[in-house]
Amino acid sequence: MADVAARARNSARAAALSRVSDALWRRPSLLLLALVVPPLLWLGIVYLGSLFALLAHSFFSIDEFSGLVKYELTLKTYAELFRASNFDILVRTILMASAVTVAAAVVAFPIAYFAARHARGRWKAAFYLGVMLPLWSSYLVRVYSWKLILAKEGILNWVFETLRLTWLLEAYLSVPGIGGNSLSVSWTGTFLVFLYIWLPFMILPVQAALERVPPSMLEASGDLGARPGQTVRNVVLPLALPGIAAGSIFTFSLTMGDYIIPQIVGTSARMIGQAVYQFQGTAGNIPLAAAFAVVPVVVMGFYLTLARRTGAFDAL
Amino acid sequence: MNGKSASAAAFGLLAALAAQPATAEMVTELGEGEGQLNIVAWPGYIERGETMEAFDWVTGFEEATGCMVNVKTANTSDEMVALMNEGGFDLVTASGDASLRMVAGRRVQPVNTELIPSWDTIDDRLKQAPWHYVDGKNYGTPYMWGPNVLMYSTEAFGDAPPTSWSVVFEEQVLPDGRSNSGRVQAYDGPIHVADAALYLMTHRPDLGIVSPYELNQDQYAAALDLLRDQRKLVGRYWHDAFIQIDDFKNEGMAASGSWPFQVNLLQADGAPVASVIPDEGVTGWADTTMMHVDSANPNCAYMWMEHTLSSNLMSDLSVWFGANPAAPAACTDGRGMQTAEGCTKNGFDDFEKVRFWQTPVTQCESQGECVPYYRWVSDYIGVIGGR
Repeated sequence: MADVAARARNSARAAALSRVSDALWRRPSLLLLALVVPPLLWLGIVYLGSLFALLAHSFFSIDEFSGLVKYELTLKTYAELFRASNFDILVRTILMASAVTVAAAVVAFPIAYFAARHARGRWKAAFYLGVMLPLWSSYLVRVYSWKLILAKEGILNWVFETLRLTWLLEAYLSVPGIGGNSLSVSWTGTFLVFLYIWLPFMILPVQAALERVPPSMLEASGDLGARPGQTVRNVVLPLALPGIAAGSIFTFSLTMGDYIIPQIVGTSARMIGQAVYQFQGTAGNIPLAAAFAVVPVVVMGFYLTLARRTGAFDAL
Repeated sequence: MNGKSASAAAFGLLAALAAQPATAEMVTELGEGEGQLNIVAWPGYIERGETMEAFDWVTGFEEATGCMVNVKTANTSDEMVALMNEGGFDLVTASGDASLRMVAGRRVQPVNTELIPSWDTIDDRLKQAPWHYVDGKNYGTPYMWGPNVLMYSTEAFGDAPPTSWSVVFEEQVLPDGRSNSGRVQAYDGPIHVADAALYLMTHRPDLGIVSPYELNQDQYAAALDLLRDQRKLVGRYWHDAFIQIDDFKNEGMAASGSWPFQVNLLQADGAPVASVIPDEGVTGWADTTMMHVDSANPNCAYMWMEHTLSSNLMSDLSVWFGANPAAPAACTDGRGMQTAEGCTKNGFDDFEKVRFWQTPVTQCESQGECVPYYRWVSDYIGVIGGR
């Protein structure tokens, strides 16, 4: 008896399963839905949900007297972004992100070009290792080691001293804005560390774009009488531009959001990430922190639109 | 329900949560230990011999009481407040700029001092300190305290140690013949505004500052002006104790406000530094072991508070962290490694000169209405940014 019941149950289950399978076969969209819903929920609730909470908070304000958040819709908090000391932070951060991006493109291009067009076999392996190796070690370790390199009694200063070029460094450091008491407490120091840390994120997409440039085009350009410089300007660069744009998305957005490097190397003047951290954590001024956090989202929105026009996403 | 009314309902719920009456009741008698204890603490405050074998004040407690100690470290007062708001902890080692926030937010419960046999050994000056004694109730057991000293390079100052905070606030030529510009540091926290106010209490008596944590608009503006001048002298503000240590070694720093912790570590490393308590006095921190309002392990929590006062804990921690014990006997009775000289070095005799950290609030005692902390935060960011 028990045997019969078990067999009946089994066949019932098999029938149910085959109905499900039939339904999925007849309507492929059902299968697609079942596969897509979990990640969509994740994206919608966890990712967009938190972004929405952030956005919502930026429209509240903080009560001047009690320091508590007032849950009434207002644009007052956004107006505060334009107060001189806050606006400085925005300008400073965007300038830094732009400078790092431009410099990263300039430094990365020759390296990527060499790797894409000339490196073969072992050289290629050495290139990948050289670019990727720093990414294997801790971000903090690399930043701290740069602090030591740039310190007043650090390696770089020692090199300048040995070459009897200290006067040159001091002349540079006396320039207001980019200078300071030593490289490690100047904006130049912050810039160099950003450049070093994010460089791999520029090199790799540029290299990928350059590898796709067919050699025949360079040969054709040469056959038509272009000098090497002209070939680079008129053929290689335009074809590599999507790669540069893709890399710049990384360097620009990563610089804009970082709050650790400017805390360890630099003049202590805040960047957006630090301001968010401090307003949210220390001051309990969540609306202002949220408004600050919305700025990179907006800036990146514009930036991505521009980048899409240059075809940056074709190179991803 | 449309979106607007849904969010209104959510906020109404939040408001109701915030407004619920204080239900915190004191524990009246102790039972058996619950087997575990969860503490939020500053890094280095609760050591079980894992960093250095000699510094262990946890395993003995665990063996004696059966309460297994879990520590969650927090790096700032604000993290501590946030963790305690989340809940799930029994105790927190809160500084004066966090403790009142937690009392006001009803995150901590009053402590029944009768259940702590060694309560009487606490320094009389701390028993009813305003950062944990509210409305006639003790919200916690005093733990450790320390001054924010003026650390200086003996190479820059030679035989003439600085006697005033002016070396970090005003441009001047130091005894080694070079300007202090670019060779001083200041604390990268809004609470540093209080150091400027403390300096003004001596040098601008006309402002009438009574407490550096209670500033009216004019006094506050004067303090900010002083800090703006200081910005021209400071290359980088210090935030992390170990970065400051590194800066004194590698950046040729001459003077800065600091903690005995950094001074001790630098001196142990052979660096030419020393520290003083200048004539104007100093600011300082005083921490309290506070108990969560919903503590799941109240018996173990009380046993721990007794343990802090009666064991080797305060004595050894005093050596380890460069801080001073709340129970003065811990300096002298040989229960741990600390000695009377060691406590003197940590500033134990200078209690009267220390103005302990407090959270600046709008409703202040000395003059009715003061500039609140969140303004200190945004304005100090402006000062550091050169505004």
